Amino acid sequence: MKSNGIIAIMRKELARFFGDKRMVVSILLPGLLIYVMYSFMGQAMGSLYGVEEDYVPTVQVVNLPASVSALVEASGGMALVETDASAVEEAKAAVAEQGLDLLAVFPADFDQAVAAYDPAGGGAAPDVEIYYNAASTASQSTYMLLTGLLDAYEAQLANKFDINAGGGVYDLASEKDTAGTYFASLMPLLLMIFLYSGCVAVAPESIAGEKERGTIATMLITPIRRGDIAVGKILALAVVALLSGASSAVGTVLALPKLVGAASDELSANIYGVQDYLLLAAVILSTVLLLVTLISILSTFAKTVKEAQTYVMPLMILVMVLGVTAMFGGGAKTELWYYLIPLYNSVQCMVGVFSFSTVTAGVAAALAANAVYTVLGVFLLTRMFNSEKIVFSR
Amino acid sequence: MKELLQVRGLTKTFRLSAKQQKLEKTREKVRTAVNDLSFTANEGEIFGLLGPNGAGKTTTLRMLATLIRPDSGDAVLDGASVVKEPEQVRGKIGFLTSELKLEEFFTPNYLFDFFSTLHGVPPQVRRQRREALFARFGIDRFAEVKVADLSTGMKQKVSLVVSIVHDPDIIIFDEPTNGLDVLTARVVTDFLQELRSQGKTIIVSTHIFSLVEKLCDRVGIIIDGRMVCCGTLEEIRRGGSLEDRFFDIYRETVGEAE
Ligand SMILES: Nc1ncnc2c1ncn2[C@@H]1O[C@H](COP(=O)(O)OP(=O)(O)OP(=O)(O)O)[C@@H](O)[C@H]1O
Ligand SMILES: [Mg+2]
Repeated sequence: MKSNGIIAIMRKELARFFGDKRMVVSILLPGLLIYVMYSFMGQAMGSLYGVEEDYVPTVQVVNLPASVSALVEASGGMALVETDASAVEEAKAAVAEQGLDLLAVFPADFDQAVAAYDPAGGGAAPDVEIYYNAASTASQSTYMLLTGLLDAYEAQLANKFDINAGGGVYDLASEKDTAGTYFASLMPLLLMIFLYSGCVAVAPESIAGEKERGTIATMLITPIRRGDIAVGKILALAVVALLSGASSAVGTVLALPKLVGAASDELSANIYGVQDYLLLAAVILSTVLLLVTLISILSTFAKTVKEAQTYVMPLMILVMVLGVTAMFGGGAKTELWYYLIPLYNSVQCMVGVFSFSTVTAGVAAALAANAVYTVLGVFLLTRMFNSEKIVFSR
Repeated sequence: MKELLQVRGLTKTFRLSAKQQKLEKTREKVRTAVNDLSFTANEGEIFGLLGPNGAGKTTTLRMLATLIRPDSGDAVLDGASVVKEPEQVRGKIGFLTSELKLEEFFTPNYLFDFFSTLHGVPPQVRRQRREALFARFGIDRFAEVKVADLSTGMKQKVSLVVSIVHDPDIIIFDEPTNGLDVLTARVVTDFLQELRSQGKTIIVSTHIFSLVEKLCDRVGIIIDGRMVCCGTLEEIRRGGSLEDRFFDIYRETVGEAE
């Protein structure tokens, strides 16, 4: 009889959510939306800062020095067209109208002037004027390319010492670490928000909604135990919230490489092993159970779904603030007591998993602590279902 | 005759919120909805609680159904106390009031089975009972229609059927015919009489005199939370019409208080 009640309530809740196409869509849609949105943003950003691969920009140059000509030839990537000084105004207009990518005006006898110039002497250095159009991606990138070349040339002329001149690999972080640090700063916040949203999409509806519509009283006059209602509801809500959270998380993981664009080779979630995913799944499960319990308790105080959604707002802010703390790097905390703080411990566990710095005892402590908080919450919820003042508040 | 229900000194007060005080234009902080109410009901009879709006009928029935706890006093239903053994009481009674709603998303079939499970009715029994009750009320044609799409009368019939999935011996109905057309109301009153003939004990509340005269074996008149008189229909009527007697009693009671 005992578990029968829990199962009956769970089945009813799940039938309620999965029998309703609108509900199913609203649960799974966020993941798809996130994927589409992030991919789109990645593409938009890519086309904003990138130029088509095989495009060769044209640069009109006045007084082209031999040295620069040789430099550009060696690096490639742009076509130089020598122009007479009299055509400068015309060329400027062309750059303004994006008909021409770049106009570079060198002083006459640039090479000699550079050779003769003595920085200690205090006179004005030879000045190169480069006209570009920041509104055009091609012009902007060509400008960067040419100024980069000239800067390098200038540095080479006055070379006193080099940094990392050899062709070796100097960044000793492995690709795994780089990606790990990136995921660890971003994913905890995103995951916490997704999990929270998943819970908020279902718990107020199921609890405050039943109160508002007067259907919970119909259950309360049956011999089923209040505790069974609480447990059954929380388990079912957790399942739905997990699905919703998982949909969002999958959408994000698939879309992240697109969002980051060029770095996508390094940013594959493949760097994580089965064990990492299992650990993450355990943390997520325990977090969702706790979140659903908390939101259910808040919803039970509310008379209507709307009121419940107001009551849970502070919790959302808290979840976001805690998620943001993951961005202030440094890997997971090693002190155990941090893992006893509800929700913050989830963030720390996630940081640990993503940055390969899991504190095993910490995760164990967090899972145990969350289980205790959840049980206490269920107990409180049961008490609340027993209170006529709360269930029948007007 | 067996006394299946004893109500002894039931009292219930509500704390009025500031909003309620304003709404009802009153300064009182505490409202005594039911005041030291006692009565008994016998097995196999229909007992009517008759009273004007706000007399405390619904509050009394909600206490009997263990939805709310009395401040003091107790009621014993077939040996189970609403204060000490609420879970046992819930297994013995069927309670129907307009504040108990069915989830509109589900079908009568689903709800019947769901509530049968909550009441611990074995699947075999459940099926037979469902078929019989659905046929009796013409729900069978709508068994797979969502409650949201049913007419008010059909919803009420489904609510009634769902409230007795466990075939309880005591049936408590708050305003059984409220909001129903004459046809549906007739179906409900006929069914109540049928239940009585099966030996069930039925408590109804109402402010409709004709309903009491038609249905009830015994009546309690309740005014301002107090039971002002209680007896068989004949004892109360004293040969006159129930309506005339009620006004006499009402005048006496309210006159006394002033
Ligand atoms: N939860 C509550 N909080 C505050 N006051 C309440 C509450 N429930 C009932 N009351 C008050 O108690 C009194 C009795 O109400 P009750 O609903 O029992 O009357 P009733 O006899 O059923 O009336 P009606 O015929 O209008 O249904 C009323 O004055 C009502 O306003
Ligand atoms: Mg009433």
